[in-house]
Amino acid sequence: MGNLFSSFAKIISILLMLLYSYGLFRNLSIDYREGKKKLSGLLYKILLLLHFISYAVLYFQTGNLFYIYFYLPQLLYFLLYPLIWKKLYPFYNEVLLNNQCLFLALGWILLARLQEAKAIKQFAVAMAASLLVLVIPYIVDKIWDFQKFRYIFAGIGIVSLLLVLVLGTVNFGAKMSVSLFGFRFQASEFVKLSFVFSIAGILSEEHGKEGVIHSACVAALHGIILVLCKDLGSALLLFISYVFMLYVARNQLLYLLAGGLVSALAGIVSYGLFSHVRTRVYAFIDPWRDMAGKGYQITQSLFAIGTGGFLGLGLFQGLPNKIPIVENDFIFSALSEEMGGVVAICLILICLSCFMQMMMMGRDMESSFYKLVALGLSVIYVIQVILTIGGAIKFVPSTGVTLPFMSYGGSSLISSFIVFALFQSLFIIQGQEDEVEMEEDAESAEEQEMESEEEDA
Amino acid sequence: MRREDSEEKKSRKGKEKNPENKINKQREKQTEGRQQAKRRREEAISETKLAMIRRKQNREMLGIVYLFALIFFAMIVYFCHFILFQAEDKMASPYNARIDYLAQKTVRGEIQTADGMVIAKTVTKEDGTESREYPGGAAFAHPVGYSVKGKTGIESLGNYYLTNSGINPLQKFMNEIENRKNPGDTLVTSLDADLQKLAYSLLDGRKGSIVCMEPSSGRILAMASAPSFDPNQLQENWDSLISEENTDGNLVNRATQGLYPPGSTFKLLMALEYIREHPTDWQDFSFKCKGEYVDPSNPANVVHCYNGEVHGTVNLESAIAQSCNSAFAFIGSEIDVNRLQSLAEDFYYNKDLSIGLPSKAGQFSLTADSPTWLKMQSGIGQGETLCSPLQNLCMVSAIANHGTLIYPTILSEVKSKEGTAVHHFPKGEEITLMSSSESDALKQFMRSVVTEGTASALKTKAYQVCGKTGSAQVKEGGKLKTNAWFVGFAPMDNPKLAVSVLVEDGDTGGKTAAPLARELFDLYLK
Ligand SMILES: [Zn+2]
Repeated sequence: MGNLFSSFAKIISILLMLLYSYGLFRNLSIDYREGKKKLSGLLYKILLLLHFISYAVLYFQTGNLFYIYFYLPQLLYFLLYPLIWKKLYPFYNEVLLNNQCLFLALGWILLARLQEAKAIKQFAVAMAASLLVLVIPYIVDKIWDFQKFRYIFAGIGIVSLLLVLVLGTVNFGAKMSVSLFGFRFQASEFVKLSFVFSIAGILSEEHGKEGVIHSACVAALHGIILVLCKDLGSALLLFISYVFMLYVARNQLLYLLAGGLVSALAGIVSYGLFSHVRTRVYAFIDPWRDMAGKGYQITQSLFAIGTGGFLGLGLFQGLPNKIPIVENDFIFSALSEEMGGVVAICLILICLSCFMQMMMMGRDMESSFYKLVALGLSVIYVIQVILTIGGAIKFVPSTGVTLPFMSYGGSSLISSFIVFALFQSLFIIQGQEDEVEMEEDAESAEEQEMESEEEDA
Repeated sequence: MRREDSEEKKSRKGKEKNPENKINKQREKQTEGRQQAKRRREEAISETKLAMIRRKQNREMLGIVYLFALIFFAMIVYFCHFILFQAEDKMASPYNARIDYLAQKTVRGEIQTADGMVIAKTVTKEDGTESREYPGGAAFAHPVGYSVKGKTGIESLGNYYLTNSGINPLQKFMNEIENRKNPGDTLVTSLDADLQKLAYSLLDGRKGSIVCMEPSSGRILAMASAPSFDPNQLQENWDSLISEENTDGNLVNRATQGLYPPGSTFKLLMALEYIREHPTDWQDFSFKCKGEYVDPSNPANVVHCYNGEVHGTVNLESAIAQSCNSAFAFIGSEIDVNRLQSLAEDFYYNKDLSIGLPSKAGQFSLTADSPTWLKMQSGIGQGETLCSPLQNLCMVSAIANHGTLIYPTILSEVKSKEGTAVHHFPKGEEITLMSSSESDALKQFMRSVVTEGTASALKTKAYQVCGKTGSAQVKEGGKLKTNAWFVGFAPMDNPKLAVSVLVEDGDTGGKTAAPLARELFDLYLK
């Protein structure tokens, strides 16, 4: 009976994910708000069903009541959280919040299956972060001119990275986190936000060469400290987002080409300098040669994906825990192994659609500062997705970057919450402006109509 | 262009007008009629707005979206390609713990010969216990291997396929519902049942190995090794098989793991090297055999021709046909050792010739600094040179196939229990080891070995055999023993079968090994 249910649930989950992704891309082609609302309501129901079925499988496979107790607060969260947003900000972007909740749901399903304790911890952090970020649209709306604080942001970023460099603990060959008040903070997760704000401020406020030089200095300082920490993944993230922001701000292809050249050079130099970079490149080029050593992690990840195939083995039917640190860098492989390659591809598409949505919000922004902020954060988001998923499937060398909302880790989770809340803020403020404009237009149109009616009479 | 021009001023506009109040007010006023009118207008406005946005689209940002969409697309294609085409080969790795885990859900599949004989199957008794049976017995034991006490042979090589089920998904689904195990897939090997049985019976209790393959496809048709073991009694006999008193090496697959001095069969490579060093005038090679060749640097070291025979003046062809040791000892002392070394390594000396079964790499250790005596001995395949029967088979197979070796393979296809094709193993890689003019020359030499040389046992009108005998001497426990070799193929013009026969502690290759090859050709070419 358990088997029947599990196979059945596997197929249903795949169908639900397909439906969800289809709906998401359908959403891009719907222009009117009513249609969007209806669709996003439907997507949310799909999400709830997927979440329910997966937890039912977890329970039936193990008979462990933990899964039922853990499911209920999650369900409550998924039911309440959108309502709170709606109450506070009627114009919030429902589809973006849908996607965020889907990532959370998938993350909680996989973490609960992998390690119960970590799932609980992750859930607790998510609750706190969820409440915390509710103030962000309000703050953004109130303060608005964040570009004034551009050098304060730069200072905050550089100082926190310096703190990590001096006080940080070494993890997988790189210094990435500091312990503060009993919590381990992964500073780079937050520095990427301050970095984007600082660079966007400089590039939008200071025109001409000045802005380019100042921003380059800020970027270089960040980069150098990150390289000293040996946190090359974050250095790469910041650098790429900087190059794209510079390119859009100044509209010169030259910057993009120069950026590409510099990253290629930096890649070669860091290959020569850092042994853990060499290890990862070896593991990328031919992991099969050394399956017990350097290639162990990536080959285990590929075994998981390959054995799972397109349909997946079903929850608790595979061995995702064979992959070292699966809950961080390789959560995608666990998803692919047990929920199937189709679900994994859907996830890739949903991430892409998130990125497209973010970029569109950036495009629609009138303020050039926020346009650049949106661009910088979108690019960081998309690169993170490419590095994590690409790393798990050996599309790119693995870098130790995390998958937003899904990978285990408090700092990464909180930072993802903030990024998505920032986009909500931009959308809400833009939406209010549009609404006002539309109303004005509508009023004037009405007046004209009345006038013409009078004339007819 | 409004947004871009008045960016700074406009950006605060929404705020100044205090949108929330306004919206609330508007909400209150809403009536149904107004809503409809509004919707109509909204549609009209959104259309004009859309057109406006389209005009103002920030080209760069759109470009960036396209760029990343392209990368995502590439990533998805890569992902699918991995699952569809790469995964299957890689999953069989012993490092993939999932195979054994999943194996519990299937009944291990059958292994069959190319002609359909079942050589391994799992029988489920009424009480649900499973046992693995090997109807082919000891004759097939080495290539097939076993799956108790660890896994070896094809049981290990094809483990992934044997533990996967390719039956139709509906049936699979039904089995899962009813909690029945799915039947594992059937693995079809390239082995020819009759040839394999004959090869094993020809060894007849003597130590040795016989390997056969089809030169044009690289498919291994037979792989016998003796003494063997009964895979059906493995559990019971295990302790005695691995005990230190057992020096027979029953579990060793001599075809791939046995290393022997190649003896005179190595003269083919010496001749090839000589041809390469004298591309225009090798036909003029002439050596006067006096029955022995004395080391010019140390007269105490002498290489004798077999039985002290004196072959008189020989050229390259007759030196091979008569297997003249003196001539090749001379060539060995004269030849460019570095080039010989790289030639030997092309033929898998010092390199693993792995077909997925346990194997050992042949050895060739001659260097330019080696003493002349060692060079002379290496010239006749003695000294420190060692090779496996499969390795020697590959050498003659390349000669048979116009100089190109088709890398040997032993698995041919995977079928589901219902008979539908699941996977087809491709032909081995094509590796060009010599030019076709070189292979033609060697073919001619090997032909005269049969027509006027040491392999007269293979003279027949039914087909034309090309071959080379070898009688390699080894010291074992202070006793000098002769290992008898025959390597060759037939028919000469269109080789269908290449064989490599090695019998330990026999007479000469011509007397002990060649007659066995004759029976193999007789059976396969009839
Ligand atoms: Zn002679």
